Amino acid sequence: MMTAMSTNEQKRIHPHKFTLWVGIGSICMMFAGLTSAYIVKRNQSNWLEFDLPVSFWYSSFVILLSSVFMHLSVKSFKAREISRYKMFITLTASLGLVFALLQWIGFTALGNHGIQLLGQGSNPAASFLVVIVCLHLLHVAGGVIALLVMLIKAYSSRSKNYSSVSIEVVSTYWHFVDVLWIYLFIFLNWIK
Amino acid sequence: MSNEAVLHAHEAAVHQVHGDHHEHHHHETFITKYVFSMDHKMIAKQFLITGMVWAVLGGLMSVLFRIQLGYPDAHFPWLQDILGKWWVQDGRITPQAYYALVTTHGTVLVFFVLTAGLSGTFANFLIPLQVGARDMASPFMNMLSYWFFFTASLVMLSSMFVETGPFSGGWTAYPPLSALGDASPGSKTGMDLWLIAMALFVISSLLGGLNYIATVLNMRTKGMSMTRMPLTIWALFFTAVLGVLSFPVLFSGFILLIFDRNFGTSFYLSDIFVNGVGALPNEGGSAILYQHLFWFLGHPEVYIILLPAMGMVSEILSTNARKPIFGYMAMIGSLFAIAVLAFLVWAHHMFVTGLNPFLGSIFVLLTLLIAVPSAIKVFNWLTTIWRGNIRFTPGMLFAIGFVSLFISGGLTGIWLGNSALDIHLHDTYFVIAHFHIVMGVASMFGMFAGIYHWFPKMYGRYLNNTLAYIHFWVTIAGAYMIFWPMHYEGLAGMPRRYYDYSIWESFKQFADLNRFISTIAIIVFATQLLFLFNFFYSIFKGRKVTQQNPWNSNTLEWTTPIRPGHGNWPGEIPEVHRWAYDYGKDGRDFIPQTEPIGADESHH
Ligand code: HEM
Ligand SMILES: [Cu+2]
Repeated sequence: MMTAMSTNEQKRIHPHKFTLWVGIGSICMMFAGLTSAYIVKRNQSNWLEFDLPVSFWYSSFVILLSSVFMHLSVKSFKAREISRYKMFITLTASLGLVFALLQWIGFTALGNHGIQLLGQGSNPAASFLVVIVCLHLLHVAGGVIALLVMLIKAYSSRSKNYSSVSIEVVSTYWHFVDVLWIYLFIFLNWIK
Repeated sequence: MSNEAVLHAHEAAVHQVHGDHHEHHHHETFITKYVFSMDHKMIAKQFLITGMVWAVLGGLMSVLFRIQLGYPDAHFPWLQDILGKWWVQDGRITPQAYYALVTTHGTVLVFFVLTAGLSGTFANFLIPLQVGARDMASPFMNMLSYWFFFTASLVMLSSMFVETGPFSGGWTAYPPLSALGDASPGSKTGMDLWLIAMALFVISSLLGGLNYIATVLNMRTKGMSMTRMPLTIWALFFTAVLGVLSFPVLFSGFILLIFDRNFGTSFYLSDIFVNGVGALPNEGGSAILYQHLFWFLGHPEVYIILLPAMGMVSEILSTNARKPIFGYMAMIGSLFAIAVLAFLVWAHHMFVTGLNPFLGSIFVLLTLLIAVPSAIKVFNWLTTIWRGNIRFTPGMLFAIGFVSLFISGGLTGIWLGNSALDIHLHDTYFVIAHFHIVMGVASMFGMFAGIYHWFPKMYGRYLNNTLAYIHFWVTIAGAYMIFWPMHYEGLAGMPRRYYDYSIWESFKQFADLNRFISTIAIIVFATQLLFLFNFFYSIFKGRKVTQQNPWNSNTLEWTTPIRPGHGNWPGEIPEVHRWAYDYGKDGRDFIPQTEPIGADESHH
């Protein structure tokens, strides 16, 4: 099997990584669709203006921090420091959960300020926030699940895997979700 | 990663050690071979046959609503016995059923037949075979793609059986009909199911598309540079790119729709007044917003449907004219131009929505620009067959038919692309004529061409030629007889999507014409059954293929055994030394891609 791998094939990007990049392009288009719809809608009448909840600032910080841990976990994997690796992915995944919690707190805060998010009498400005933020959160959840799978793999003693492809794929995805949030955060803060 | 690694990744745990060779025995059961197969060739056949089932159902729907349009006063009590009284009452199709039929016909034909059935089939079948790969980049995702499509099919089918009927607001699903359950019976459960089915479908297309792109870019055999790829692969590649970039936008449109339907938001709904409901509590929503999101997919979608047909036609024309394709690079360039422009013209579907006329004029310009790459392609196809040594195989006939239809329908596109003319023509039968000829029938012809051409590779047998010729001539003549007259109806202002024109003073004159169209439609539909018979009969009883390369073709798929197994080539994957179109070169009829360039060979 290894002999069949010619040298030029080895230089090529791994198909799974490549597929991930194309998938990322596709996710970007989905959010581009939503944010353009947001802009179109905002320029029409009846648009409620309000500030983003403070906890979104904290959540941005948390997700940035999680990316640092993600990066460290890939480094430890490559250095074969498996216990550090396990620790860092656990931390990354936990920060993902903290991020979700902070988003939730943010929405509750908005509700307490009398901004109706959904249902009769809600303003599209608030509903858009729910749709965009929750859709992003779903992608974070996907990342957390992927991290948990990696963790289970690391603990199961049966498969000894030295290929870093899967963890690199997960890490690229995680950084992407991070960058996506930063984009959304800036977008939602400035264009309102 | 090597081809071998991908193919065997899923069984690596079982076969801890295996060598370089490919002849070891897979333990294939009926389930893994025919049902949950990961072989791209089997998945292609699954897409094809599911697509064919939908084509029959969708075609049957059109026959039913054409019966209403062609024979508005006739009564068919037996139809009621078959379909029940929701669909047929008093021997006539009910208005509700009419709208349900038109909507489901459109949705099913556009998405399930001409997207999944066409690119699902041929991208799966041809990409690995023609680029020289053992399978897709991810066979597992490929399998998932089919099963998402299958589930989408089941959900869509089930919507036909709910009490309030399937969704009936048109294939474009504009709000408020799609957003408001109270707007019509079909807007209730039917629309829920429609949305679920379409969401599953989008996932299926994305999984498929990701795989096609990764395979084309990463899994080509040695020597297969991008500019040596057959045009089929280029076309399927651009199709996948279009899908991956535009379906997510449709998806975001759907998400907002789901929120409006179920969570009381006001993205699309505003304080409109609905008969029987009163004024809506919603405020500030814009139905036009949906149209933007929909057509941002919708227009690329029409090219998603057309490009695979274009690619296959290029390949089939060249092979059967025994001449190299004319302007290979121009063909790629024009595919690229079409793919880019496809994202920049969506508002031509919205000229009469109150769009700013200045913005409209920009979209007119961009829309008319598409005529340039389209004309380049037509010119190249014609010059390819010009003075060729043409073999009129059924595949070739359908390919030529495609070119004819594409010209006819493309020309009316130029009419519609002018916003001033479109004010008159929008939502009339002129539009129906335009897109059925250029997209519906033309892509169907591309699909037939592909099936006739690659059937020997798929099943190791030939289709019956006599039946094929009857199929071709009746279908092409019928298609023109059905859709040509619709241009006149549309020019006269006859709007689309009406239940009964006979009670309308201005359009009474078309009663005979409508009856003519409906009659031909029924005949053409019956002829498709002939094709179906040919297809299924030939799978089991057709004449056996005895030559490895029955069409004397250059491309790699014909270097595989007559009935290739999973992995496609029993030994090494062949190396490629030239482009795919060395026909009639240096006095030789054809030179396969696998043959090294000779010392005294001329340049093309
Ligand atoms: C020269 C090229 C073309 C031009 C300028 C063009 C232009 C247009 C315009 C302006 C409309 C909107 C008409 C209206 O609703 O008032 C339209 C409708 C449509 N076109 Fe084209 N078109 C072209 C080629 C194509 C091709 C190649 C396809 C498909 C493969 C296609 C598929 C459709 C479809 C499906 C619709 C109708 C959608 C609906 O309202 O249900 N067109 N075209
Ligand atoms: Cu269009």
